[in-house]
Amino acid sequence: MTKEELIRPENKVYSRPRLLTEVNTHYCPGCSHGVVHRIIAELLDEMGLEDIAIGIAPVGCAVFAYNYIDIDWIEAAHGRAPALATAASRLNPDRLVFTYQGDGDLAAIGTAETIHAANRGENIAIIFINNAIYGMTGGQMAPTTLLGMKTATTPYGRRADLNGYPLPISNLLAQLDGTCYVTRQAVHTPAAVRKAKTAIKKAFENSLAKRGTSIVEIVSTCNSGWKLSPAQSNDWMVEHMFEKYPLGDLKNVEPEKK
Amino acid sequence: MAKVYGAVTIDSKRCKGCELCVVACPADVLQLEPQEVNDRGYHYAYTAQPSSCIGCAACATVCPDACIEVYRFVDRGEK
Repeated sequence: MTKEELIRPENKVYSRPRLLTEVNTHYCPGCSHGVVHRIIAELLDEMGLEDIAIGIAPVGCAVFAYNYIDIDWIEAAHGRAPALATAASRLNPDRLVFTYQGDGDLAAIGTAETIHAANRGENIAIIFINNAIYGMTGGQMAPTTLLGMKTATTPYGRRADLNGYPLPISNLLAQLDGTCYVTRQAVHTPAAVRKAKTAIKKAFENSLAKRGTSIVEIVSTCNSGWKLSPAQSNDWMVEHMFEKYPLGDLKNVEPEKK
Repeated sequence: MAKVYGAVTIDSKRCKGCELCVVACPADVLQLEPQEVNDRGYHYAYTAQPSSCIGCAACATVCPDACIEVYRFVDRGEK
């Protein structure tokens, strides 16, 4: 069978999601943001939520998310995405509101907004990209940076006595009564990408069904910040990050059967 | 036994040469172009061994820039 015979519309099993715009992303080669953007675009298309979805873009590397996925977006002030999402979802109760935040946005400057939005049980989905570093500003230490990890501001490695301990914010959020679904996923292998997609789908469904706040943490790589190649970053993440941030569901409140 | 034919097309202008598809491919189909670069200066991925492709879409699943399209045909020997 020749390539010309194969490359026909009836044989197509995977194509670029319709909701991704033609713009080239500004992300570094191999950045996990691209994969997560892609699975969000696929899901919104598959679930038919294109017209009712409102995304809240963060400050951080994903600040230009509104240029890449063709839905309605609001750009929040740094860390205030859950507060803005609260307003958007309360004023538009029939729409899907989700935030897309990094660890500097969600776990550092926006800790108060995140914890209180989750504690109020706002009907929003929070997609949290945890790459343990401030990627956008040049690789400084984040609250989620691992002990001993070298960054621009901890050149000899993060020390507990000087810099404190890594913040497992998803574990904190799982303690709150307002959250219905807290999970931690990754996107380093095809299987992990599919699991992450299922998790985000569940978060969107929870949000539409008004069950409370759903948080999907995606343990990600920042190969530029970590000074490794994309493939090496994935290996480093599996070796080091999963010890502190193990994958799996932290909380999953099943809806009551009627 | 059914035989599976696969093919991928790569948008080499969009590709950033991150090599994640090369690592993810179970059939060693993809390689990065060793010499050529695209308009943005990246060594883009290309199908070095197109006949080995099984159309599993592992490459497209991990591609951060969504520049891979996958085609698959299962020949069950039916005429």
